[in-house]
Amino acid sequence: MELVEVKKLQVELDAFAGRDVYLHLETTNGSYATHFNEGFFNAGAFIRNVVINYELGKVVGDSPHRVGLKLPHGWVYAQGITHYELDDQGRLLLAGHDGTGKLAVALQISETPFSY
Amino acid sequence: MTISQERHVLVVFPHPDDEAFGVSGTITTHIKQGTPVTYACLTLGEMGRNLGNPPFATRESLPVIRKKELQASADAMGLTDLRMMGLRDKTLEFEDDEKMVGLMTDLIEELNPSKIITFYPDFAVHPDHEATARAVVRAVRRMTDRPTLHCVAFANNTLEVLGQPDIVYDIREVRDQKMNSMKAHISQTAWMLEEMEHKLQQGDTETENWLTKERFYNYRWHEDFEKSF
Repeated sequence: MELVEVKKLQVELDAFAGRDVYLHLETTNGSYATHFNEGFFNAGAFIRNVVINYELGKVVGDSPHRVGLKLPHGWVYAQGITHYELDDQGRLLLAGHDGTGKLAVALQISETPFSY
Repeated sequence: MTISQERHVLVVFPHPDDEAFGVSGTITTHIKQGTPVTYACLTLGEMGRNLGNPPFATRESLPVIRKKELQASADAMGLTDLRMMGLRDKTLEFEDDEKMVGLMTDLIEELNPSKIITFYPDFAVHPDHEATARAVVRAVRRMTDRPTLHCVAFANNTLEVLGQPDIVYDIREVRDQKMNSMKAHISQTAWMLEEMEHKLQQGDTETENWLTKERFYNYRWHEDFEKSF
């Protein structure tokens, strides 16, 4: 993965607009957050292989960036995006890694389903 | 405490590297004693958060890496019967509970183990650990001739509620294999191993202890975690 360059990522987001794409969206603090810090309120969400079709995709702000996808009847967004990669299967993988390198958020889109 | 001679040992954990820290010394010792050992690893740790700093993996490439690491860990322990069960990380508790029990029952019926190693229900911290422990305990509960059930517990309240572990194995003879099993999972353990080396150099006895001893609780059927299932 490489660090997000807004202009480059914007081109990739534009390329997927108006097409049916499979979505992976995830936020996480890790399953051990409450084990290491008992007062911690551990919240997160995960969705994988749901088909969406966005009319407008935007990456905004300084790193960590926000990325939003406007749908005909709703929205998808993620904040904390630091890295991205168009992988060898043509999938657009965005991720947010915290200061220690741990993944905190992922937003991925692909024309073919992600594995299980 | 010496490690008993067994007919067959079945180890069930959800994530590649769950075996390394807690039980790789015990697994290695069983294998050296000629006991067949099967390790059923339920997921490939697809949702791991360690992707390198700077990142060397993506959410999508991580399982490929962890699969290789799991195989390398098995090789380090001399383990030849490694089963990758194909479930997805962080989803086990949402699977059908009866299906999970069936998965364990199938393994037990095929392998006829005299001892099973898994996590201790309610003391296993991670939701996948808990779901794995519940499924194993439920499958074994239904058996008339139950195998020995040794459970790993590490929740913060373990000592307070369960007391001291009733099984403590000295694994110094296979310390190198344990280290190699942990090193095999380098994508997940790099920072932890670095910290460990540092502590060892400073003569930290707790870290040393961890490389010399492995601890288990016999499952307490008289204090079963649920009345029925």
